[in-house]
Amino acid sequence: MLKVLKPGLYTTVQDLGRYGHRDIGVPIAGAMDVESVKKANLLLENDENDAVLEITMTGPTLQFDTDTYISLSGAHIVATLNNEPIDNYSVIKIGKGDILSYGRLELGFRGYIAIKGGFQTKKVLDSRSQFYPVTKSARLKDGDEVPYSETKNYEPKISEVKIEEHFENNILKVYKGPEFSLLSDGQLTEIFAKPYTVSKENNRMAYQLSELITGHSHSMLTSGTLPGTIQLTPAGRMIILMKDGQTTGGYPRILQLSEESISILAQKKYGDELKFKLV
Amino acid sequence: MKSYPISIKPFGERAVLVEWPEKVSESILADILDFMDAFKELEIPDWEMSVAYNSLTMVYNQDHIDFEETKNMILECHEKQAKSKTERIQHLWTLPVCYDLEFGMDIEEASKTLGLSVKELIEQHTSHQYVVYGIGFLPGFMYLGGLPSTLEIPRRAEPRLKVQKGSVGLASKQTGIYPQDSPGGWNIIGNCPVDLFNPMKDDPCFVKVGDKIQFERISKAEYKLHKIEGEVGIYEPEKVVLNA
Repeated sequence: MLKVLKPGLYTTVQDLGRYGHRDIGVPIAGAMDVESVKKANLLLENDENDAVLEITMTGPTLQFDTDTYISLSGAHIVATLNNEPIDNYSVIKIGKGDILSYGRLELGFRGYIAIKGGFQTKKVLDSRSQFYPVTKSARLKDGDEVPYSETKNYEPKISEVKIEEHFENNILKVYKGPEFSLLSDGQLTEIFAKPYTVSKENNRMAYQLSELITGHSHSMLTSGTLPGTIQLTPAGRMIILMKDGQTTGGYPRILQLSEESISILAQKKYGDELKFKLV
Repeated sequence: MKSYPISIKPFGERAVLVEWPEKVSESILADILDFMDAFKELEIPDWEMSVAYNSLTMVYNQDHIDFEETKNMILECHEKQAKSKTERIQHLWTLPVCYDLEFGMDIEEASKTLGLSVKELIEQHTSHQYVVYGIGFLPGFMYLGGLPSTLEIPRRAEPRLKVQKGSVGLASKQTGIYPQDSPGGWNIIGNCPVDLFNPMKDDPCFVKVGDKIQFERISKAEYKLHKIEGEVGIYEPEKVVLNA
């Protein structure tokens, strides 16, 4: 078991998501930054869908009770194992009683902890991703215990890699959304000529942007939405749905983020600047 | 039955949006369900589909898709759909609702706005059958159509930060049930003790798109009984097969 001594700001168990249940309104959930999760799991020779911990800005303090191996990825947050600094993208041997803790956030917003074999929490509707009310709780709390299997004497094929982070850039690639044709030339210029900043309203469900564009008075029947769908409210607010986002919505879906760009946006926080590029 | 024309739009890297004429209509919904049945018969794994009123979002979970190829596949399936009608079983569910003031905190104000007595409002709400046009927004949340125009009332000016699970609400042309605690701006007129979403069950959401819902007034005592029956897992909502 991995014992949560301090939960951090928002720490959750995530795999790549819960598929096949959109028709009853269940969001995909899953890791926000899929790119980083795949890298961490690959380094441990895990399945890419093995469950990891997703940490947000302020990391947790965690204690391991059996031997294993972990790798960290995603946001650059100063991490220590028994007070010794450890790096992202290296295979780290863990012994009984070891304590992993986090300090300052340097780059990005969401970090990941992958463990040999993946975290073994119970699957609900085919996934381990935490999402209330599918799972009993939305995130990890003080004293929670997260199961994993013991691994001794693992010889990693590669023990460390240098990685150029996908989230160092701030250009989000977007496709035309189903209601793209509603946009006027003026609105198009506004969207693509200017940078935007992430507002305080940003979480696993959606990111709102601070700057408004010209609004609209189009009303439509509720229709499907996906992670990465950019909705435009009548007031001119752009709302980008993320992994816990609702499966349907009633605002025009003007743009759709590429999947790669969802992983970039997942690493942006309040005040960070973004630009859109139509592909 | 005639088939309606469809339009197909790309929706990101692995999804398409298929749209039928923009109307809330039972025959359009039947056409969408026919198309879904025809598509399921193709037995292509990893596609998931979700309906909302006049549209169908189709997502391929396996990989990115080629839009033109996908569009052709869908058009071909739509073409064949009329010829291969499958039997679909649809249900009318009777869902109990307690309209007591304790649960329906907006029922008096809503009645006033609508120019009805509380009794008349309840009679009208329980005398209609509502069609399930989609499930989304929250797990197990039903988009219901068929609300009589006499019950159309604007959303509350200020949404509530927390609407209790099971709350039955009215908002413009819609009525519905909050399947979990949630923020919300609907006028709350009662509470339904039935779990509309239970991830621990094999079928977490017993209602299907295309089914119908009718509400039945119950007392607070019955409400409590149903709640307990639900917790111990012996409560089954009443249903009849519509197209037997």
